[in-house]
Amino acid sequence: MSQRLFVKGNEAVAMAAIEAGCRYYFGYPITPQSDIPEYLSRELPKLNGEFIQAESEVAAINMLLGASATGVRAMTSSSSPGISLKQEGISYMAGSELPGVIVNISRSGPGLGGIDASQADYWQSVKGGGHGGYHIVVLAPASIQEMYDLTMLAFDLADIYRTPVMVLADSVVGQMKEALLPNPRPVTTLPEKGWAVRGRKEGTPQMIVKSLFLGDGELEAHNWKLHGKYDVMREKECRQELFLTDDAELIITAFGSVARIAKTAILMAREAGMKVGLLRPITLFPFPAQAFKEVTGRCKKILDIELNNGQMVEDVRLSVARDAEVFFYGRPPGAGSLPVPEELFEQIIKHY
Amino acid sequence: MRYDLFMAGFGGQGVLLAGNLLSYGALIEEKNVSFLPAYGVEKRGGAAMCTVVIANGEVGSPVIGRPSFCVYLNQTSFERYGAKVKDGGIAIINSSLVDDSGWQRSDLEVIRIPMNRIAMDLGDARMVNMVAAGAYAARSGAVALESLEQALKSVLPERNHRFIPANMLAIRAGAAAITP
Repeated sequence: MSQRLFVKGNEAVAMAAIEAGCRYYFGYPITPQSDIPEYLSRELPKLNGEFIQAESEVAAINMLLGASATGVRAMTSSSSPGISLKQEGISYMAGSELPGVIVNISRSGPGLGGIDASQADYWQSVKGGGHGGYHIVVLAPASIQEMYDLTMLAFDLADIYRTPVMVLADSVVGQMKEALLPNPRPVTTLPEKGWAVRGRKEGTPQMIVKSLFLGDGELEAHNWKLHGKYDVMREKECRQELFLTDDAELIITAFGSVARIAKTAILMAREAGMKVGLLRPITLFPFPAQAFKEVTGRCKKILDIELNNGQMVEDVRLSVARDAEVFFYGRPPGAGSLPVPEELFEQIIKHY
Repeated sequence: MRYDLFMAGFGGQGVLLAGNLLSYGALIEEKNVSFLPAYGVEKRGGAAMCTVVIANGEVGSPVIGRPSFCVYLNQTSFERYGAKVKDGGIAIINSSLVDDSGWQRSDLEVIRIPMNRIAMDLGDARMVNMVAAGAYAARSGAVALESLEQALKSVLPERNHRFIPANMLAIRAGAAAITP
């Protein structure tokens, strides 16, 4: 067993990227994710990698597109307003079926908003933030260990499905320090990147990476192909944590940082004799709909808690059993709006 | 066991370093830890604070509304966050800089330690955070002083390792200020 390290979530992301074989990073500084480029600017050159501080977020996402097109593992990271700027590039990557990892250590909005922890980018992340009706895989870590493990998973899923993958977290998980076991990269069988543009050799077919399809019926077929992949992801890649749900009479659902706060509130409720559990989506897309259907087969009350005015709750409502009741408690993000366990415990009492 | 600590002072007092040190010490003891710095638009001389949760099992929430243990290093943080301490909890106050006369919290155990004076007597007022860390470790039992000594090697950059003996003196002085 390797030694436990004590690192920030942002550092864990950067370490995982390196362990996953990512040697190309393109980004532009923005709080609260700048530890990621800071770390990689120091470490990638030692590994013969490339760190580029781009002139803008738009440039960085297009550099990611270009690097991914050549078949290498590459990453960009930013925070909410910067991620908004990247949406056009993400849409092009989705359309071109390019892998690539995008990290959003989100901050509060809309607009310039503030730097506090926020989950208000849920819709933008899971519903296709750019134009054209696509999805990307979205992973929501809730601990420093998950920041590391899910970043490595992000690279694998990106390669397996030829899709951009987003790691979505906030300043709580990004700036917090916890113990980290820097696990080695898992052994996975990955598809060959036969589609990559690596310089054409005599007698080999021409490779084109593009999202432009003008032939009659071509684009429709392409869209059906993309959505076929999303169906496979929905079937095979849903991940969630179930905590004390077996006998629960109220199930809390929350993702990322606020799920951690909710967990302590749940333990407070258990101490008070209330049967409360947690269903924490780890993949936000694909959304673990089946898990919601299953738990609400027995437990009829769900309390959704988010650091926004209610976004994931829409997917929860679409996923639960018909006779289940879904309640919502949200704190729109901003300075002083991060709920504490005691506050969530009160919500549990209210809905139990 | 589960220990939660909220520590606050002004930027430059070393609140975050002390939090890091305690966290690292707990890590050495194979415990689980979360260290959450207050993250805002802070600057030197502004407020600095952190929440540390040390647990044998899962940490759970890194955010604590009413910590059972609070350490206040300056007057502003005491006035702003004095109400945070959980009912029946423990407050350690840097009495060199904090005047808590008139504080209406009879439910608390209040420990007043002249941390700046202790640090200055040891040669450097900047060690006030080490005095605080020692006092907290001794009163809470969350971390052994020996672990803090080991942890100093990890949290201080190599070039500052020569200050470890002095810092240990400050940690032990903080611990000694806790009357059994």
